[in-house]
Amino acid sequence: MSTNDNQIKHLKREILVRITEAFLSEDFEENARKIPYVMRPKGCEVDLRCCVYKERAVLRDRIVAGLGHSIENDDEYTLLSTYAKQAVERQKPDDETLTVLQGACKGCVPSSVHVTDLCQGCVARPCTTTCRFGAISIINGKSHIDASKCKNCGMCINACPYGAITKIIVPCESVCPVDAIKKDESGHARIDFSKCISCGKCIGACPFGAIHEKSQIVDVLSRIKEGKNVVAMIAPAIAGQFPYPMSKVRTALLKIGFSDVLEVAQGADVTTLTEAEDFKERMAENAPFMTTSCCAAYNELVKKHIPEIKPYVSETGTPMYYTAEIAKKKDPDCVTVFISPCSAKRKEALDNPNADYVINFDELGSILVAMKIEVNNLEDTEFETESSKEGRNFAVSGGVAEAVRSALELKGENVEIHPCLVDGLNKQSIRDLKSYAKTGKCPNGNLIEVMSCPGGCVGGNSALNAQNKAKKQIAEYANEGKPVVDTNAAE
Amino acid sequence: MEKIQVEICMGTTCFIMGGESLQELASILQRKYPDKVDTKGVVCHGLCNTDCQYSKAPYVKVDGEAISEATVEKVLTVIERKLNKDEH
Repeated sequence: MSTNDNQIKHLKREILVRITEAFLSEDFEENARKIPYVMRPKGCEVDLRCCVYKERAVLRDRIVAGLGHSIENDDEYTLLSTYAKQAVERQKPDDETLTVLQGACKGCVPSSVHVTDLCQGCVARPCTTTCRFGAISIINGKSHIDASKCKNCGMCINACPYGAITKIIVPCESVCPVDAIKKDESGHARIDFSKCISCGKCIGACPFGAIHEKSQIVDVLSRIKEGKNVVAMIAPAIAGQFPYPMSKVRTALLKIGFSDVLEVAQGADVTTLTEAEDFKERMAENAPFMTTSCCAAYNELVKKHIPEIKPYVSETGTPMYYTAEIAKKKDPDCVTVFISPCSAKRKEALDNPNADYVINFDELGSILVAMKIEVNNLEDTEFETESSKEGRNFAVSGGVAEAVRSALELKGENVEIHPCLVDGLNKQSIRDLKSYAKTGKCPNGNLIEVMSCPGGCVGGNSALNAQNKAKKQIAEYANEGKPVVDTNAAE
Repeated sequence: MEKIQVEICMGTTCFIMGGESLQELASILQRKYPDKVDTKGVVCHGLCNTDCQYSKAPYVKVDGEAISEATVEKVLTVIERKLNKDEH
């Protein structure tokens, strides 16, 4: 969490805490309806928006998303109590993972290059000579950009000695790696789900906090309340999220009401071994390269934008896939919940019948606050199956490639492996991937590890901890783990 | 002159509501005022559990006085004000 999005994160978490509190109360529907009024009571100070009514209206929308509904489909007159009731009764989560709050979206000024008042009307006029499109002229002694000729290249920005020319950006549009979010005819952001890869970059980018994940918090709490066996599958990135040991985090999840807690690092071990085998076979057949397959946003990217790279993507299932399989084999009637660092895994779970729900780290944290669970004061409990060092490192960029390399080495396989890390999906790295697929060559390595978030899953959009802290904790936890291949038992 | 006592909450609620950014506070204070400030981590001040006050978390106490919605900058301002007052 960087300092500038603290306020938004704080607000979004408060909403989730209040929804959970309302759920745990005697009258969920009524208390859910009241949340905007409790948060912004009569006569309160209004510090974020124009008036208390607008603030309540935006809060209401945030709660609608928190209850797992789409703002796009909201008619604005349905009561929060009705939405709360529907959330409890819903048996399957909504199809898409993200929703844009039109009321919260400012409708930013369209992206363009703009001459500010700092323009001194100088004699040199480097802006006019630098522009290759003849878009800049001098009107009334100041630079003027002709929007119909400007190509937004930004050359004039660098040329101006006064720093008087600037680019106006639309934060959500500028971070989206696949141009899936755009201003609609009303000027508000809208997601094109046929393009969206659920990477969640827009969530963190919007300074108005207008993009929400549709939460499944009520679905999960309802299944627990119904007395079902609800199993938490915790992503490896969780080891970096709390300043408490994993043995206590496990106990905290049991305290929430989960019947069992599995480390997804356990499934990551299956991924590692399967992927190592896949890699070995492909290299034996002289394949130029293989890409990993564990990042859900990358898998969506392949499906929607780079189908030509599909033959190079490992056929291996994700750690969540194998962990959910393990859980369902053990108890076919259990309800599985993936505890996720990012929004992309929601999409993956929707397409996987073994993964029933996803809640992210923000939501888990908010449940702990609402239930007043003081993690540090809990006793330690042990995981039934110990995960490996390699599996625990899946959360960090480079960890997956290293796991595959390590597995091959421990098994004594002699396969040449050169990892190439795609540490964050953006327009450039997507162009690179497209070119690897098109030319059938990757100059930077033969095992391409793709992580949508810079830094890996620790950089996911719902991370609770600063990335450097999280990485350090994960490294410590990983070093306590066993090797992914037990060389003693391999006889 | 007595040292200023700073208690940083590392409890679950404070951590989740933004206390993550306070993790560096102890080392900053140690570096800046090694002789003037004592810092310690506490599990919970008990402030977040009353009447929805988690919405004002995280909390840091400076000489027993609670600072709500604490940030590194906010805490430093309070400490600097105290130090200046002592000097005059």
